[in-house]
Amino acid sequence: MLFTHMIRTALVLGMFALISTWLVALTFDATKEPIAASEKRALLRNLHQLIPPTLHDNDLFADVITVNDASHLGINTPLRVFRARQNNQPIAVAIESVAPDGYSGNIFLLIAIRYDGSLLGVRVSKHKETPGLGDAIEIERSDWITGFNNKSLSTTHTKAWQVEKDGGEFDQFTGATITPRAIVKAVHKTLLYYQQHRDSLYKSNKQES
Amino acid sequence: MFNRYADITGDGLWYNNIGFVQLLGLCPLLAVSSTVVNGLGLGLATTAVLLASNVSVSAIRNLVRPEIRIPAFMLIIASFVTAIDLAMNAWLYDLHKVLGIFIPLIVTNCAILGRAEAFASRTAVDRAALDGLMMGIGFTIVLVLLGGMREAIGQGTLFANAHLMFGAFAESWKIILIEDYRGFLLAILPPGAFIGLGLMIVVKNIIDDKVAKPSAVITADSIAQTATH
Repeated sequence: MLFTHMIRTALVLGMFALISTWLVALTFDATKEPIAASEKRALLRNLHQLIPPTLHDNDLFADVITVNDASHLGINTPLRVFRARQNNQPIAVAIESVAPDGYSGNIFLLIAIRYDGSLLGVRVSKHKETPGLGDAIEIERSDWITGFNNKSLSTTHTKAWQVEKDGGEFDQFTGATITPRAIVKAVHKTLLYYQQHRDSLYKSNKQES
Repeated sequence: MFNRYADITGDGLWYNNIGFVQLLGLCPLLAVSSTVVNGLGLGLATTAVLLASNVSVSAIRNLVRPEIRIPAFMLIIASFVTAIDLAMNAWLYDLHKVLGIFIPLIVTNCAILGRAEAFASRTAVDRAALDGLMMGIGFTIVLVLLGGMREAIGQGTLFANAHLMFGAFAESWKIILIEDYRGFLLAILPPGAFIGLGLMIVVKNIIDDKVAKPSAVITADSIAQTATH
């Protein structure tokens, strides 16, 4: 008696599990493509803020390699490099990079560099800095991040790649020094990385290490 | 259990409001309510889950044995939340990014299991649906009010980022209350959420006290009166 009761209860629960799983599977299937499309659109929008569509004629989203260099790019996981070309000539790259020493952990950056090594621009893609203080690094909140535009290793010498407080030429902002310091350092390191690897970044189709 | 529709509505919106009275689901409530739009987004998602879970729990209430009702309810709630999480990711991508982890965390909002267990599993589908809808709207109102308060004090704006939810044409909805406002950090950070919610509960209790009949106030006279009866 107890046994049949147990079996019946288990069957009912199993049925619920089946129905719920079916429901989730159905939704997953229906949303898979819209999600991928939204992700691609959001990423392209960010990329096009830095590399205007007029500058290139290739599909940025498809022309991508992954690289891994913890000492220059901040973290030891593969990061993407998007390559822009016009008539098959290299124009610029957008490198995903990380400032590992933000005030609250990693700051994820997208850094666009012209072929000649000057910066097209920098954007913060993800961060957890203090709202109201450190978040002035977002383009929506202040134009601080545009201070990097057109800077390069030749316009700005190694010692000047620091915030003003440390004797460099980049502003810090009121109430937050650690956040801008971390970003300036990360951008500088990424430029150094680009300088060392420029040709292989445009050429290679496989993963770099 | 024989509630009139009006009672169910009143309970959900005011007398038994999830945010003000039951104080359930505080984790997402406090974490997300930094702007009106965030609050509205989480509130609507929670309402959809509440409505769907209440209806299904009520529909299957005679099928499920008492021993397995909680796991069965959890399965239902979790699959609805997952479905809504995926749908928002697909069609409200930017808002989904802002709300982040708090959409999947609707599963752990005890208000939802609470309504399923305490109300929906003991009543007909129509009442359960109304209860889910009203509880959800009540929760959304708290989220929007708290979000509005924190956004106005913290950033000096209202309806910022409305385009994340309503599309590009909503970008002009943003109201700048104070020009060149430097921001008031406390209101945006978690302590501001606690203080804001506390103040709102104070206001609600004052209103309730005003509305209640004067005879409800206990005085020496009223005690003496009841004693003589």
